[in-house]
Amino acid sequence: MSNLLQVQGVTKHFGGLLALSQVTFDLPEGQILGLIGPNGAGKTTLFNIINGVYKPDEGRIFFRGQDVSGKKPYQLAKMGMARTHQVVRPLNELTVRENVMAGACFGHENQPLGRAASIAGEVLEFVGLAARAGQLASSLNVAQKKRLEMARALAARPYLLLLDEVLAGLNSSEIDGMVQTVLKIREQGVTILMIEHVMKAVMNVSDRIMVLDYGLQIAEGSPQEIAKNERVIEAYLGDPKLAERLMEEA
Amino acid sequence: MKHWLQPGFWFALLIVLGLGLWPVFTREASTREVGFTILLAMTMAVSLNIIMGYTGYVSFGHVVFYGLGGYVGMYLIGTWNASLPLAVLGGGAAAAILAFLLGKAILRLRGAYFALATIGVNEAVRTFISNFKPFGGPTGIELQFSVYKPYGGATQALWLTYYAVVGIAAFAVIFSYYLKTSKFGLGLMAIREDEDAAEVLGVATPNIKTLAFVFSALLPGMLGVLFFFKNGNVEPGDAFRLHFSIESLVMIMLGGQGTLLGPIIGALGYQRLRGALLTNNVMIGALPLKDFQLVIAGLLMLLIILFIPAGLVGWLRQRFPRSRRILV
Amino acid sequence: MNAVTLLTSLVDGLLIGVVYGIAAMGLNLIWGVMRVINLAHGALIALGMFGVYLLFSVLGLNPYAALLLVALLGLLAGVVIYLVAIARVINAPHLSTLLATFAVNMIIIGLATAVFTTTPRDLGFSLGSIRAGPLTLLGTRLVAAAVTLLVTGLLYAFLYRTRAGKYIRAVSNNRSAAELMGIPSSRILALSFGIGTMLAAIAGGLIATFFSFTILSGSVYELKSFIISVLGGLGNPLGALVGGLILGVLEGVLPLAMPNTWVPVIEFLLFILILLIKPSGLLGGKQ
Repeated sequence: MSNLLQVQGVTKHFGGLLALSQVTFDLPEGQILGLIGPNGAGKTTLFNIINGVYKPDEGRIFFRGQDVSGKKPYQLAKMGMARTHQVVRPLNELTVRENVMAGACFGHENQPLGRAASIAGEVLEFVGLAARAGQLASSLNVAQKKRLEMARALAARPYLLLLDEVLAGLNSSEIDGMVQTVLKIREQGVTILMIEHVMKAVMNVSDRIMVLDYGLQIAEGSPQEIAKNERVIEAYLGDPKLAERLMEEA
Repeated sequence: MKHWLQPGFWFALLIVLGLGLWPVFTREASTREVGFTILLAMTMAVSLNIIMGYTGYVSFGHVVFYGLGGYVGMYLIGTWNASLPLAVLGGGAAAAILAFLLGKAILRLRGAYFALATIGVNEAVRTFISNFKPFGGPTGIELQFSVYKPYGGATQALWLTYYAVVGIAAFAVIFSYYLKTSKFGLGLMAIREDEDAAEVLGVATPNIKTLAFVFSALLPGMLGVLFFFKNGNVEPGDAFRLHFSIESLVMIMLGGQGTLLGPIIGALGYQRLRGALLTNNVMIGALPLKDFQLVIAGLLMLLIILFIPAGLVGWLRQRFPRSRRILV
Repeated sequence: MNAVTLLTSLVDGLLIGVVYGIAAMGLNLIWGVMRVINLAHGALIALGMFGVYLLFSVLGLNPYAALLLVALLGLLAGVVIYLVAIARVINAPHLSTLLATFAVNMIIIGLATAVFTTTPRDLGFSLGSIRAGPLTLLGTRLVAAAVTLLVTGLLYAFLYRTRAGKYIRAVSNNRSAAELMGIPSSRILALSFGIGTMLAAIAGGLIATFFSFTILSGSVYELKSFIISVLGGLGNPLGALVGGLILGVLEGVLPLAMPNTWVPVIEFLLFILILLIKPSGLLGGKQ
């Protein structure tokens, strides 16, 4: 299995603040990699760098074998990368359907409007928003907007999907639903990198987990390994027994 | 999304054509002049709507394309004896080129900063041309009467110019509708709603914006040539009147930005109002009402911004979702 | 062109530039506090000009005394404009406030043009001149510069030594946090807007003592204010003054090197250039 994404030595400063330092990892095709860590650890910054919103001060990013460091977000989208945002960004005055069509039209498949409309229909079914296709995006509630954000990213049929806290603000049953959706997405062959705080979910969904703290990678491994990792527990999880219990509850 | 059978498109086109062809039936010069003014206003509003309503970049200096196109066209006719069609194309091309260059430079700015930059551009071009000898400096370009001979004399020329304007206005409506219902248009609207999110989705924002800007500049450039040809002369003050752009802005806000019909209705309403203002004899105290044109325009705009930011068409669409097929 | 001419133009430019600076300060303040670009700025400058003119020529009031009254009226006008036109859209997208202030501009200029027409007015006021070495300095320029420095000092004192000033600084820093602290943000915003327009009116009044003007002259100085604000950076009154000085000097000195009619071209090009290059300050790139 080849590496869809390779991040090498990525470092980023914002003024005097070191946001990321020498972050390095590979993401093989078809894997789900969970990215966890305390707030301010640099997780979304890492996403922004992978996605082209920021340029790294040092380091390189390889996507599908090409060096994409410094490319712009739309170029990465055209190569098959899609992302959702931590704070959702719907295209408010457009309908739900139009939002999703935009994903299909401007992603790497570059679909024409007609084809994009049918893809949008399928994707909306998949995320459960089909009934609201004609509504304006602004009329949805938060959970629905999160699904819309996901649908928009999926409509582009990306190779790599970056999910930024898709579970935030959801209740327990909504979380379960979303977790199932993420697993189904992986079944369709999409590689996923996800930032999450909901431990129960991310521990169970991820094949591997990477932990950031103050811009440094402090651990990487299987969920079981991470749950037992002392540094991680100290920095983030808090209670070692709790971590075990979370794993067992799965 | 794109239905040529969508009633709204035909409704808009019919309004424009109906208005445009009316003077042709009556063969009256006065009706023609009114028609000319209204169609000019409509086309300016429809074209500005491309960059403003569809893409979300409010421009105060839209008139610069009208003025520059007009100047280039007049220069081609006056100095190089070009035919009118060639001059019109030349004017349109000049405006498009300016938009392309500008696009690369000022479309990097967002929101209010972009708006201010467009004012700066208009003023820069105006003051530059006032100093530019080949374009006649502060006195501008004046055409010899003989220029109208190839068209069968002045009266014939005036009618020909009018037909051209009707054609351009109709084209503007068709083009605007086509853009709105195309994939390109979806990209524009994505930019309008959230430019950064659009970029993440894959919309090549710098290029798309520039293209939209070029599209918006084309028709004003062509219209400028026609207007000043009819006028017989062009001066920097006339060509680059900031007031003209602002009126287009008010018309779009009145009618409803981002819709096809909005600028058309807005232009129609505003011109009717302006006409009524200019021809009435009502007095406010010791002052004639007609002097208050700017005040009324300002009041209208303020009321709309504060209470119905979506404009008439936008408001109707929100209030009566059924109307959306007609009020496109 | 000799050294004396150059020096005279330079000093004259500096003195005028100081007044430009005060106009820019008004614009800057409003932007700094509430992120609103006041497109009615020019209208207020023009009203300041006419205010002083009327009080001087009709009532015979000394222009500088008239200035006090005009300043007060400018303050009031700003508060009213804020409450009527802007308060409602202050939290809407930036464009709404931009268009709202623009509409106000249209209304004011429209009314004033109807009432005053576009005939040029001249205060015809002179304070003689002073000889300083080889230079002859106009009295009006010197007094205006002094007034400007005084006003700047007062503004600083107000912002940093009074409670209202502290509230203003709090609101401009973080409006929601300030509200949570119990600061009546709506009133503070109205006050800030009023101060901004007051500065514009004062600038207008001072300029009236220099040059002749029409109702449309305000927009010219508005544009200068934008250029200056960008040059000097936001929120810093001193920056606006410095920017004003730079522009004043440019305007004083450039006509010595090129025909007068080219100076506006240079100014507008400078405006666009600065908009594009300066990444921070009042008007910048991605913000």
